[in-house]
Amino acid sequence: MNAKTLVIREILHRRWSFVIGVVAVMVSVSCLLGSLALLERFDRATEQELGKINSETEKILKGHEDGIRKAMKGLGFNIHIYPEGQDLAEIYSKGYGEELMPESYVNKLAESKIVTVNHLLPRLTQMIEWPEGETSVLLFGIRGEEPIAHRSGKRKGELLDPVGEGEIALGYELHHRRNIKEGDSVEFRGKTLKVSKVHGRRGGIDDITAWVALPAVQEMLGKPGKINSILALECNCESLDRLGEVTREIMAILPNTQVIEVESRALARAQARNGAKALRIQEMENFVRDREKLRDLRAAFANFFVVLVTLLSLVCITYLTASNVRERIHEVGALCAIGLSHSKVLQVILSRAVLMGLIGALLSVALLSICGVILQSGGVFDLIGFDAYSWTALIIAVPLMSGAAAWLPAFFGARRAPAEVLRNE
Amino acid sequence: MNELSKSNPVVFAAGLGKTYEAKGKKVVALDGISLEVNAGEFVSVCGPSGCGKSTLLLILGLLLKQDEGSLKLSGTDVSDLSQSSKSSFRAEHIGFVFQDFHLIPYLSVMDNILVPSLAKPVENAADRARMLLSEMGIENRCDHLPSALSAGERQRTALVRALLLQPELILADEPTGNLDRENSTIVLDHLAGYTDRGGAVIMATHDNEAMERTGTRIVLDEGRQISSK
Repeated sequence: MNAKTLVIREILHRRWSFVIGVVAVMVSVSCLLGSLALLERFDRATEQELGKINSETEKILKGHEDGIRKAMKGLGFNIHIYPEGQDLAEIYSKGYGEELMPESYVNKLAESKIVTVNHLLPRLTQMIEWPEGETSVLLFGIRGEEPIAHRSGKRKGELLDPVGEGEIALGYELHHRRNIKEGDSVEFRGKTLKVSKVHGRRGGIDDITAWVALPAVQEMLGKPGKINSILALECNCESLDRLGEVTREIMAILPNTQVIEVESRALARAQARNGAKALRIQEMENFVRDREKLRDLRAAFANFFVVLVTLLSLVCITYLTASNVRERIHEVGALCAIGLSHSKVLQVILSRAVLMGLIGALLSVALLSICGVILQSGGVFDLIGFDAYSWTALIIAVPLMSGAAAWLPAFFGARRAPAEVLRNE
Repeated sequence: MNELSKSNPVVFAAGLGKTYEAKGKKVVALDGISLEVNAGEFVSVCGPSGCGKSTLLLILGLLLKQDEGSLKLSGTDVSDLSQSSKSSFRAEHIGFVFQDFHLIPYLSVMDNILVPSLAKPVENAADRARMLLSEMGIENRCDHLPSALSAGERQRTALVRALLLQPELILADEPTGNLDRENSTIVLDHLAGYTDRGGAVIMATHDNEAMERTGTRIVLDEGRQISSK
């Protein structure tokens, strides 16, 4: 006969209250482990989803970058080179600038080792009156493409037809109202010029533009050897910072100039793609933020729920112990009369609660394993992420908490004077 | 049985007094009780219900502390012992037998008898328990639960439990109160036999037949000792 036998026989005798206690512990421990597993599963699912979105985004963005490169490569892009002092606001409002630079700049560029620019077109532009035609004209002095020296023999072809000496090309509004045809001769500011080309309606400034050979325009405007811009066509760059790349190369050759990019389809596409990239990144950040909020909410609810269930479970154990002590009051009195000390009696009563905790904790772990197998979710223990020390701590902590919950009723039960219950009178 | 000095009585009580307080009123349960019980003596304490018999036994069994008087058990002044010392003292020197047996319902007869060994482990406790069960004629009941026993068998089991550690003093509170004549006789025979072997028994009873078996009778009335024969 030993205390262990006494405890076990008593548990078997009052098995249902013990079972209720074990179930209370199981519910509490299962809630704790279950909430940990669910939160971890949520985290992993989120990580997986985020990884998927990340990889999709990477793929899309890579596609965007490739697309931008291809678009740039295929379409090229165009830039204007202006004198350093040119006010760009004037260009945006008038369509050309008043500041001039030497025509020799275009030669300097053409003779350089420049690689980012394919075609160079020097221009002198000014809005003037056409007295003979009684209208305003945007006079465009052009001389055709300046061949780039280091690419001689590999020329990609004329991008803009030059206007020959003594010839003029007219925009739609300039020839249509006057019924001027190709091959006609027109008087233009005192010079007789042969109309080499008439353009169809373009719906812009081109419709009031007259293109004349650059030297003739320089002479007409009294600006010999001067131009106000160079149009560089089909610029190609490897990097996405194409304007920066081409600007750096031009500035190294012509430091007294400035470069702006002409709006192009490729640029619009690149901007759209960059917008899509920014949107995608924003969406991803929103996803992460929303998930974090949801996780915090779930964690807070789980914590509240686990604490509540644990408290209820502890209250249940306290009540069951109080009830057990009340039921055993004569037994406790007899044990004291026989000579068992109060501490020994306390130990016997508390052992019951401690065993409730221990068995409840072990059964919860077993139940969780079985659930894992049945639900084929597998790796429930992996989800909870406890190491051996944590499991040991749990298996020790639960019986201790259970014992602590039972301590007060057990203490008062063991301390109750045996004479009160043993007296016959 | 524990060795006792011949000069030391098993119980020496002088002027024991105990007062309870119930609903603001004081009830005198014992008033100036003195007694001396020696080894081998069978003493009965009798009187009407509420006269203080059980209170006296509980005080003698160190389960209740007297308000007045002094008490020596087996030569030891037990008045100022701590709770744990009293428990040890009870385990070593005193055996209890109650009217309601107070057996532990989920333990077998044998285990019930061996419970005192939790307080004071002794060698061959199971052998001694079997021997005592045999003496009491209930050796065939040792694996039964108390609920399967008759009242007489239960009281005999309680008696064996009290005798297991061979105490110097057995305190029996109405041990025949719930028994028929035949079982009462068996229990009284065993108590008497125990005193023959040198033990002291103090039995609270209002059963005349039980009183007649004792050598000394202390009669109480309203907490006072009115005679001692």
